[in-house]
Amino acid sequence: MTPGGYAGKWLDVDLTKGSVEEFSFPYKTLEQFFGGRGIATKILWDRIGRKWSELDALDPENPLIFATGPMTGIYPGARICVSGKSPVSNGVVGSTAATELAVEIRTAGYDGVVFTGKSDKPVYFLVTDKGGELRDAGHLWGLDCEKTLIKLNKEVTDELRKRKPNIGLWKEPGTMYIGPAGENMVRNAAVCTKMCHAAGYGGYGSLMGSKNLKAVVAKGRGSLPKVDAPEASYLLWRKAHEGCINNTMFRRWGTGHLAYGAGADTSSEPIRNWQEEWHDQKQTGVPHYMDRFWVKVKWADFNCTTNCMKVSCIKTGPWKGDITDVPDYELQAYCGTNFGIFDPEDNVHMATLMDKLGHSGINGPNTMGYAAELYQRGILTEEDIGFKLEWGDTKAFDKLAHMMAYREGIGDVLAEGTYRAALKIAEMKGLKPEETLRYAIHVKGIEIGAHGTRSDKDYTHDISYAASVQGGDHTSNVTDGYSDMSDAVFQDSGVFCMFTARGPSQKLIFDFAKAITGFPITIESWRRETGPRIVTLQKALLLMGGPDVTWAPIKDDDNPPRFYEPLPSGPYKGQVTDRERVDIRIQAYFETLGWDERGIPTKETLDRLGLSDVEPLMKKYRR
Amino acid sequence: MPHYKSNIRILLVKKMVKPTWIARDQSACSGCRRCELACSMHHEGWMWPEASRVRIFMPFPGLEVVHLCSQCQDYPCVASCPVEALSTDPDTKAVIVDREKCISCGACIRACPGQVPFLHPGDNKATICDLCDGEPKCVEVCTEAGYNALTLTDEGSNIHRKLYSRHPVEVAKDLAVKLFGEKGEEVIE
Repeated sequence: MTPGGYAGKWLDVDLTKGSVEEFSFPYKTLEQFFGGRGIATKILWDRIGRKWSELDALDPENPLIFATGPMTGIYPGARICVSGKSPVSNGVVGSTAATELAVEIRTAGYDGVVFTGKSDKPVYFLVTDKGGELRDAGHLWGLDCEKTLIKLNKEVTDELRKRKPNIGLWKEPGTMYIGPAGENMVRNAAVCTKMCHAAGYGGYGSLMGSKNLKAVVAKGRGSLPKVDAPEASYLLWRKAHEGCINNTMFRRWGTGHLAYGAGADTSSEPIRNWQEEWHDQKQTGVPHYMDRFWVKVKWADFNCTTNCMKVSCIKTGPWKGDITDVPDYELQAYCGTNFGIFDPEDNVHMATLMDKLGHSGINGPNTMGYAAELYQRGILTEEDIGFKLEWGDTKAFDKLAHMMAYREGIGDVLAEGTYRAALKIAEMKGLKPEETLRYAIHVKGIEIGAHGTRSDKDYTHDISYAASVQGGDHTSNVTDGYSDMSDAVFQDSGVFCMFTARGPSQKLIFDFAKAITGFPITIESWRRETGPRIVTLQKALLLMGGPDVTWAPIKDDDNPPRFYEPLPSGPYKGQVTDRERVDIRIQAYFETLGWDERGIPTKETLDRLGLSDVEPLMKKYRR
Repeated sequence: MPHYKSNIRILLVKKMVKPTWIARDQSACSGCRRCELACSMHHEGWMWPEASRVRIFMPFPGLEVVHLCSQCQDYPCVASCPVEALSTDPDTKAVIVDREKCISCGACIRACPGQVPFLHPGDNKATICDLCDGEPKCVEVCTEAGYNALTLTDEGSNIHRKLYSRHPVEVAKDLAVKLFGEKGEEVIE
């Protein structure tokens, strides 16, 4: 029996053989792992299991997963969760992006797609009500993201209309694709969608590129999956939107107001590779974006009235024709202040460039900012890079972004992501690893989102990144091992947007989940059981890591060295992330989740959560 | 929920409704597609985007096009139907489809200047906006969210009756230039 909210079928694609099969999950597995991040972790454990440490993340055997959840499309703010063994952290990241692809996969009758193997030539995968098919993508390989999207939209729409010419117009399909960065296996590349959205954390763009898979496209004509209690669901749907519509700050500016606020007020914005976190540059304020670039001030994804997105367009000057979103705060910071760029037009251009090249707009620029600091300190020279890489020089960073995406010159080293590039550069320069790693702003290889912890005034604090199984991911950071389970872990598994979850009460969201699925779920059950089950399994896989990089228990559950250096400027000058508090709180976090003092899940915890089969692999990590 | 429910209601409950028209402001559409969900929940009993009488096309992100019946002055769809399955509602002037009579031939789709009608993904019958008896659900959710991409007018036989529906890609191409300037000419193939 299929529970409410699930289409009930998955597609299993073997790219080596070119075969497409269907499979489904038992009722109990869905109840235990729900969807999205949860079910993806379960798939990865089932398919890789004890081989985890030996399997390279870019090996064809590593599954690439596109997962929806029972809430997707029904609860406001539809998203998809992209996952696999992360080429960046060697653990599991549930990397979500807002896209119509999620809805189209569900209306075609599927809950998700798993890709294994490697195609011998570039392909894209098309999902319709009739199932899935692999199609040639030779003509798309090498194109940037914008051109890929334009071509795919036309090609697939025409093809579908040709197949059923009599029924009238089909709407355009949902699409996710990779750009040159993904094709060339830039380790932290994104899986992109809708021109400027991306599943960025985890580096699944490189995994997709390693499989020769250019895009996933879907068009369904069915309804969204039937739910357990339709009438209650309808009322809750109306009520949830009431909450979203009243979220006026997000509706007006999205996160775009933070480029000034996070710098000037909370002093938590990355500037010049986090050397500073404070600025008072008023031209970064949101009106400078809104009045000059926003051609659509209320832009939303499927079933969303929070509409935190806005469409930006540069209509004149050297970057005429650049189109992107707000840019949202993360890209205002990483494609702006972190490069020492404080001009909104340059910022819009750099954000657009990341979208076009298929870089993750947070992770790629983090690595580029890292390179610029090494240049500033004389570790990397003009000779190494090929030009001067000065802070604030948009053209230089523009060039570096291309070199990284196409793996040219120093770009080939940087394409390994901040952590691995640091190790390579240390080797190149005959330095000790810690001499280059001290400037690398990452946790578990995952470059940190644009929210600092030193001022302690942002929503991120001491162990937000240090303890997270998704490392530097700012969308899934840790609070206490209890309340975060019913928050980010639930949203990523549901799969819906964290911003449509701001407004409606948490009780309403869980009532909605219950009305959809019929599972007896509550906030409490997610905090005590389902959430911990997912995170504990993620933790176990992250501990296994490998083969190129593994993270030492407790030692690597820490912030980057920079977060312990005093802030050099601003109202919180001198402040550092409190080391003692990190140590205390991380122990409390482990204890809450039933992990030992080094963060290894105990046998009792694994048994309690139904993960007894993981126990034999955890033994060797315990003292 | 059966598809003919709304037809029956028109027969049984004779409401005082005037000729109605849904005005659209394409550049105000956020692309949230809540109109599709509200429409399908009303007519189909559950969320079914491709069965919605109002559909949001998106030939390129940012170019969301509201696509629904424009109630042309001469109703070419009604005239084209070989089995007289299409008629206009005497009160609202919406196009009403008699699903029993419809033979799924697609003549109404071809006759429509904007190819608005479509064959329903469930029963394969011609499907056109029926204005929800004068209280369209799509307008309700759109205005509630403050987008006002869809608004209701009751202007009788006013100027709108001389407007014809247009193909969504044609609309998107115009919108592209309006929003993106010269670049707009490149974003749709």
